[in-house]
Amino acid sequence: MSIQINHLTHIYNPDTAFQKVALDDVTLEITRGEFLGLIGHTGSGKSTLIQHLNGTISPTKGEILLDGENIHQNKLKTKEVRRKIGLAFQYPEYQLFEITVYQDVAFGPTNLGLSKEEIHENVVSALEMVGIGTELYEKSPFALSGGQKRRVAIAGVLAMNPEILILDEPTAGLDPKGRDEILAAIKNLHKERGLTVILVSHSMEDVAKLVDRIVVMHSGQIAMSGTPKEVFSHVEELEQMGLAAPQVSYVCKELRRKGYAIPEDVYTVSELKEMLLQMLQEKGVSQ
Amino acid sequence: MIRDITIGQFYPVDSLVHKMDARAKLALTMMYIITLFFIKSFVGYGFVLLVLCAIIKLSHVPLKFMLKGIRSIMVIIVFTALINLFLTKGEHVLWEFGILHLTIEGIVLATQMCVRLVMLIMGSSVLTLTTTPIQLTDAIEALLRPLKKIGVPAHEIAMMMTIALRFIPTLLDETDKIMKAQQARGADFETGNLMQRAKSLIPILVPLFISAFRRAEELANAMEARCYHGDENRTRMNQMHMKQMDWIAVCLCVIYTGVIVALRFLPVV
Repeated sequence: MSIQINHLTHIYNPDTAFQKVALDDVTLEITRGEFLGLIGHTGSGKSTLIQHLNGTISPTKGEILLDGENIHQNKLKTKEVRRKIGLAFQYPEYQLFEITVYQDVAFGPTNLGLSKEEIHENVVSALEMVGIGTELYEKSPFALSGGQKRRVAIAGVLAMNPEILILDEPTAGLDPKGRDEILAAIKNLHKERGLTVILVSHSMEDVAKLVDRIVVMHSGQIAMSGTPKEVFSHVEELEQMGLAAPQVSYVCKELRRKGYAIPEDVYTVSELKEMLLQMLQEKGVSQ
Repeated sequence: MIRDITIGQFYPVDSLVHKMDARAKLALTMMYIITLFFIKSFVGYGFVLLVLCAIIKLSHVPLKFMLKGIRSIMVIIVFTALINLFLTKGEHVLWEFGILHLTIEGIVLATQMCVRLVMLIMGSSVLTLTTTPIQLTDAIEALLRPLKKIGVPAHEIAMMMTIALRFIPTLLDETDKIMKAQQARGADFETGNLMQRAKSLIPILVPLFISAFRRAEELANAMEARCYHGDENRTRMNQMHMKQMDWIAVCLCVIYTGVIVALRFLPVV
């Protein structure tokens, strides 16, 4: 299964003073089981792009094919697509509304018209995946901490059993602990459930650690696409787009400038640590 | 769909109407609304329509954008029309069924009511589309100031309105976002009977209220942190000045009102 985006263009408020081209001829293919990172500066079109994928907005021009079928062809198709492609918006905790955590997560599967048993099964497994224990099931979602709320909201999307999961800035506004919990849950989903995950973020550290492929968006267009190693080797270009490489890359750059032979493709803290330890050993310095 | 509501939305282009003093604009709009209710004949409506079109042309706001505002109150217009159409008593009865009757007088009245409502909305849209909410409330405060002597809290009223207007687009955007998020979870707002549709609003309204309260609290804190304490000794960054253009507009408005009054009382038309 794959998502094929062909020449997608989206213009907000066409023919008025508020006219804005959010997406400009975007073509992209996302394959099954991929962990894709979508990065870009505020206003680069990331959010608009992912809202198209789930059929919440329609393209001005172009098309999106899911397994060869246009997802915007009719309402029925769009509904089916919404089940297959789960989308957790930015600050998803603002969509919580039910009296208990359990009921809120059950909202999605109930809308799908599943049986009681199936709903229960989905809800329990979704909450388990994001690490919410049974003791919280009957609590009000508004009584939870920020990180818990967000995980419950993401579980609300997972409970619909999507094949593809899209997360828009899932770690925005969370403390480091909340962030790590969310990212661990997402990583788990990709690894153990084999879900195709699209992670929208502007935190280079998050993206560097997790994804297989990075797509960089700039002014509504795809500026770069490749493995983290490939993308992060273009530091200057990223900076021109108002983005930055992971902080570790800057440490590496500085070390290289001082004459240490650090390869170009090191971009996570653990990689650099290994590299430095190895270099120290070679020089005969014991730990 | 939800973004079509244009009330309180400023349309940023440059025009004579945009440059006018907000106080003059507000007073003129009020005059315009009063005269609308003063008209009896279709000639009168024709005249107002002409004036309105001229102003819209001057304002450089696309007509399409103004008509959007009408779409959102279409229900009220249709409702008013139907009531007037079928419940007005008159001499020339065309059709009758129980308490419903269609008369020539009814048709005339219904048409007039609709025209009046449409013009009312269009006229006030011109004001809100060409005046930023801040200017608008400053104008309200200025016009209410004389009433302060009898204890009307002019500044507080203006501040409340500023805040309310400021948050209309924010809350609309928020509603849009929440709707999309719930749709992503399979919520359906478009089908089902009245009961189901009413129920389907809960997942939107609960988060919306929560976010409105959260925003209110944040704003209150932010205002307090900046030592806001109301009207006393407050100065303004933007002082309002009546320019020559504004006085011309006021004169034109006087002439316009004269014509309306004349059309009403002169037997010729």
